[in-house]
Amino acid sequence: MSSTAHGHADAPHAPVFTGGALARLEALYPKYPTRQACLLPALWIVQEERGWISEPAMAEVAEVLGLTPAYVKGVVTFYTMYHTHPVGRHFIQVCTTSPCNLCGAEAVVQALLKETGCRELGATSPDGRFTVAEVECLGACGFATPIMINDDFLESVTPERVAGLLQGYK
Amino acid sequence: MGYPHPRHPKETPVLSTHFGDAGARTFDGWVQRGGYAALKQALTMTPEAVVEEVKASGLRGRGGAGFPTGLKWSFMPKGDGKPHYLVCNADESEPGTFKDREIMRWTPHQLLEGCAIAAYAIGAERVYIYIRGEFTEPLRVVGAAVEEAYAKGALGANVFGSGKRIDIVVHRGAGAYICGEETAMMNSIEGRRGNPRIKPPFPAQAGLFAMPTTINNVETLSAVPHILNRGAAWYKGLCLSNPKSTGTKLISVCGHVQRPGNYEVTMGTPMRELLFDMCGGMKPGRTLKAVIPGGSSVPIMTAAEAEDCLLDYEGVVARGSMLGSAGMIVMDDSTDIVYQIWRLARFYAHESCAQCTQCREGTAWTTKILERILAGRGKEADLQLLLDLSENMTGKTICVLSDSCAAPIVSGIQKFRGEFDAYLSGARQPALAMA
Repeated sequence: MSSTAHGHADAPHAPVFTGGALARLEALYPKYPTRQACLLPALWIVQEERGWISEPAMAEVAEVLGLTPAYVKGVVTFYTMYHTHPVGRHFIQVCTTSPCNLCGAEAVVQALLKETGCRELGATSPDGRFTVAEVECLGACGFATPIMINDDFLESVTPERVAGLLQGYK
Repeated sequence: MGYPHPRHPKETPVLSTHFGDAGARTFDGWVQRGGYAALKQALTMTPEAVVEEVKASGLRGRGGAGFPTGLKWSFMPKGDGKPHYLVCNADESEPGTFKDREIMRWTPHQLLEGCAIAAYAIGAERVYIYIRGEFTEPLRVVGAAVEEAYAKGALGANVFGSGKRIDIVVHRGAGAYICGEETAMMNSIEGRRGNPRIKPPFPAQAGLFAMPTTINNVETLSAVPHILNRGAAWYKGLCLSNPKSTGTKLISVCGHVQRPGNYEVTMGTPMRELLFDMCGGMKPGRTLKAVIPGGSSVPIMTAAEAEDCLLDYEGVVARGSMLGSAGMIVMDDSTDIVYQIWRLARFYAHESCAQCTQCREGTAWTTKILERILAGRGKEADLQLLLDLSENMTGKTICVLSDSCAAPIVSGIQKFRGEFDAYLSGARQPALAMA
């Protein structure tokens, strides 16, 4: 199961699950009756370490947990929060589902695209700093419009506030 | 409280008493506010007695289905020798709903105490709290609270010296509305794609890891310590209308009101009082046009239906919709109803797990038809087509996601037909451009 078999001509995959990352994964084993149940947490560890989940990383997770790479890929691609390609340093999610839509979310999207320099939703800015993604309900409907920047959950975002908010993310 | 606004006198604060009070987050802070007395009391009762108390209170599932909680707990087998599980559904993704996030980030120990009591009552030694991946603050706050609870002996192998074991594991979701469906949630915990399961078997017979399991919502579990502390009779007495709907409900009001937020009201409170007194009514110069009361997966209500509606399970049904999760989306006269229904259809199409043909194809096709209508290319026959699709999407699939998509469509066409006709006839300019 070499990494080149997955089509990556780049440097061979450096294992994620060594040292601290491996310790974090092993700490989970007693919490679930199966290794398979550690899959979602394991994928979060990969994304925390590498910023995204490559196919070689999926193969590594499969090996560590006793699953197949195809199975792991099936799970990764089901969940929207796992990135299967590199994204900007700061990943922005903006909700546009009806409750936020009613409160001007689409204007917030336009302001984000303008201020980040991202050409369109899902694209990364030319300087690699931001990616802006449109997402479904973030569960903060009374505080419209919420956005997430990496793990930061920001509420009550308006187009006027966008430029100022982005300042803190270099 | 009408959090983030000041508490309104017409609210009945029980679960929301400490929203906004950072001191309530810590173990010691929670104990000072009366916390963990209920768990200690529960441990002196038999599990069956705890179940009976919750049954007597009339508590019903606050995640949307409204199933009697004590009854659900009583489905768990007794003396079967298998490991039992409690799953706390903290996946809160129903559009319009934002109450569980507040419970978790302000009063995590309220939830943990409720989970521990429920686990004890159903014979479970392990609880999984499934928190949606986007809820980074609740994940942090609840995670810290779990560690504190272990340190203080409220969780672990010997809870408060009772000899009973209760463990809590926080499991992070990764972005999937469908994982809020109880069987999809169990699959997700097991490390699978979040596809719902066919029932039967029901979770109490074969659930998580094929073992007897009960799944309860955050708000439901958070009510349990209060029921133990103040008694089932007190909770049952919190009832302004139908005796089958007791206690309080956190209503998440959003959209076009002056003061959106979470309002805790006694069951049976008039919707009119909530919208016009507590939330301050519409914005200046605006009138109420429509309300989707239960989170988005319920029929849309007209202003007339909303103004005459009591907020409990039966009251909302009597006005043609459902209380559901009580994520109340308020729309004023500036709203393009067809556009918002299209946006909701897009939501369901995106979130479909794609197992069932009617849902996978139906939600996507519904979205495309609505897009065409909004782009000025709709045909008269499109409305009947939408209704036919909705019929196929209702009651015929493994889970109710497609039924949830159909609800705003069918009710929208029925009650706001004029808005659709305006697009079809060209009287209204297209709202979208199509390639």
